Amino acid sequence: MDITSLLSISLGAILVNNFILVQFLGICPFMGVSKKMDTAVGMGFAVIFVMGLASALCYPVNQLLVRLDLEYMQTVAFILVIAALVQFVEMFLKKSIPTLYEALGVYLPLITTNCAVLGVVLLNVQENYNFIESVVYGITGGVGFLLAIVLFASIRERLEFADPPKAFRGFPIALITAGLMALSFMGFSGLSVW
Amino acid sequence: MNFKKQLKEGLLTQNPVLVQLLGMCSTMAITTTIFNGLGMGVSVLIILTCSNVVISLLRKIIPDQIRIAAYVVVIAGFVTMVDLLLQAFLPDIAESLGVFIPLIVVNCIILARAESFASKNKVLPAALDGICQGIGYTLVLLVMSAIREFLGSGSLAGQQIFPSEYGVMMLTLPVGGFLTLGCLIALMQWARDKAEKKEGK
Repeated sequence: MDITSLLSISLGAILVNNFILVQFLGICPFMGVSKKMDTAVGMGFAVIFVMGLASALCYPVNQLLVRLDLEYMQTVAFILVIAALVQFVEMFLKKSIPTLYEALGVYLPLITTNCAVLGVVLLNVQENYNFIESVVYGITGGVGFLLAIVLFASIRERLEFADPPKAFRGFPIALITAGLMALSFMGFSGLSVW
Repeated sequence: MNFKKQLKEGLLTQNPVLVQLLGMCSTMAITTTIFNGLGMGVSVLIILTCSNVVISLLRKIIPDQIRIAAYVVVIAGFVTMVDLLLQAFLPDIAESLGVFIPLIVVNCIILARAESFASKNKVLPAALDGICQGIGYTLVLLVMSAIREFLGSGSLAGQQIFPSEYGVMMLTLPVGGFLTLGCLIALMQWARDKAEKKEGK
């Protein structure tokens, strides 16, 4: 466990293997809530928060499942943990930090079905990350999500005034824009920390 | 009877990917070869049909407040079964689909059909709905993976058609997923626009 490995995990999660643009996890909220900048930022922070917490919480759950020889229950257990976590975070924020709760609004419940959250937990298991690595991977994965959605929202606000062919109006041109963004993110491949 | 209408909706007018815009992640991520597309499509078809049947059977028992959690558990159960079956009998496909098999749990197509159709209808229509929507999804995956595999690496279902050095490598990378899906949805919008104009006349 040293700083270099944590740094390379972070760099990988934010740029090289960006969750949205390279691994295709969490496309639905990426396309759904990127029409306006402020909602995109809200969603991004909500995702960082939940992805970090979910990684931390699912690590002991997975240890327990491995000890009991119940690895095949991982998918069911993780999705339940995530659903319960999101519900709990929602109630907690409502009581204690109402301003943050207001700001996140409808995005909190939506996160349950965000495949980036379940994806990061499953990847943690697959990569055999320990507790600290899992949490770092979860949080930086969320930061990568925030980066991609903020960049995309700022392009999309400008797309409103563009004039694409009629068939491409709306969703298709947004997808193609995302494709070009993915192309530019490919420039980061090969980047690594020694 | 109704089956024809449902099939038409699943394949064209209410196609889960091209019209309802659901299940984007898996659609773009795994359609690099035809085998992957077929494996994913059939897995979703089976899970969607089974979970639709079970949810339709339980629709009067599940309390309204916790219905989403209940649906997710049912879906996760079937996903685990399919995951284990694939690992046992088709390890190659399980290997190349990787994390996207367990991620079918959060594929919005299945939850959306459970919420909007299976929870309001009898068992038989719910099962048919699962089959039709599943076929629609599989079809889109097949078309996308055929385009990407053929233009990207010059092969079709593993058969080399032209040398892979002439392929557009970009299409097999993540970029290709976004571009191909964007063009397919644009094609669909164009076709629907045309059909509407025809009816208008």
